[in-house]
Amino acid sequence: MADTMQFDLVSPERRLASHKVVSVKIPGAEGDMTVMEGHTPTITTLRPGVLKVDGPDGTAEYVVSGGFAEINASGVSVLAEKAIPVGEMTREDLDQMIEDARTAHETARETFKNEPGPVDDAAKVLADMVAVGDHIRLSSGAPLPG
Amino acid sequence: MANLKDLKNRIASVKNTRKITKAMQMVAAAKLRRAQEAAEQSRPYTERFNAVMAQLAASVGGSDSAPRLLSGTGSDQTHLLVVITAERGLCGGFNANIAKLARTHAQRLKAEGKTVKILTIGKKGRDALKREYGDLFVGHVDLTEIKRIAYSDAQGIARDIIGRFDAGEFDVATLFYSKFVNVVTQEPTAHQIIPAAYEAGEGDDAKADTGAVYDYEPSEEAILADLLPRGVATQIFSALLENGASEQGARMSAMDNATRNAGEMIDKLTIEYNRSRQAVITNELIEIISGAEAL
Repeated sequence: MADTMQFDLVSPERRLASHKVVSVKIPGAEGDMTVMEGHTPTITTLRPGVLKVDGPDGTAEYVVSGGFAEINASGVSVLAEKAIPVGEMTREDLDQMIEDARTAHETARETFKNEPGPVDDAAKVLADMVAVGDHIRLSSGAPLPG
Repeated sequence: MANLKDLKNRIASVKNTRKITKAMQMVAAAKLRRAQEAAEQSRPYTERFNAVMAQLAASVGGSDSAPRLLSGTGSDQTHLLVVITAERGLCGGFNANIAKLARTHAQRLKAEGKTVKILTIGKKGRDALKREYGDLFVGHVDLTEIKRIAYSDAQGIARDIIGRFDAGEFDVATLFYSKFVNVVTQEPTAHQIIPAAYEAGEGDDAKADTGAVYDYEPSEEAILADLLPRGVATQIFSALLENGASEQGARMSAMDNATRNAGEMIDKLTIEYNRSRQAVITNELIEIISGAEAL
């Protein structure tokens, strides 16, 4: 059996997972990364995306948004502002998240008229959000709208 | 001596009061359990978040490029007091204690010649401070409609506060809320959130020891800039939860006291009632006997 490491996924409202895993695929702000036992200690921020956990008892997927992941010798801790198991994710949750991102984008566009930075960031979050929707709808086999 | 009918009515009314306080106590106990659970659930997140922030703050904090949410505006002229209280009363000295702490704080700051602004969360705190500091209010957050505090509520408040900070409305923000120690003890607490004060190694054992040098992706500064606003939301969220648990705890013990007092009062009134009833009977007997003797 492959080496395992401790994995914790916590959101402000609850602890979603805390167990041994083989690998974790983290949607980092600068690209996805897969973490396995013995990874360099790293702190990365998250972009909205799907976190994939490979454990000895199968895989699990979570939709995460906002927060960061801390990787050190003792394991991986993911602190996400929003974390929902893919199976529990509903249309409403997704729509809500996309809506929030859209509002944030609008606000950013109005407040930072002359600074492209924050606007681009918000636009990226929005795009990521939509991509998450596409991804999980494909992977969960839910019917496409329309 | 009060007449019998009055006493009887009085007893009935105190009994009703006792029923109500008893019911409130039980409701508070149930809510307390839920509030405590919520507070407990959020603890792992808050603790780790703070640990990582402390680490980041320690390594970046000293430099000039540190974000303003961490280093401050360089002045401490204008203070924003964020006073978190309950939406409802009947919970003993809970709201009054928070308001009192905020008031002493405001007085001290004013004596030092600072400008004070107040943002209230929860109706009771606004009512308590309105008469004295009504002109300092800059806003109010209404949580009456919210049954269960969600992280998004805290995010909303944090966004509002950070917006004001960015607009230069204040230099220092302090949260006032009640820390939940146990069911009978709640501690009114002041906690500074802007500029953020993260203390290294506060009760966190393993993190400090590993002493690992982290890779940062993106850069340390970028991560810090991303996380600081989230930190404000996290602090507010945990304060809201602590406050919620404290409120229910305070209400529970207040209602427990009230129930006990009502019980004592009923006992006293019952004795008085019995005595006067007996007095009336004795009186009647005396009248009859002396009437009979006169014949």
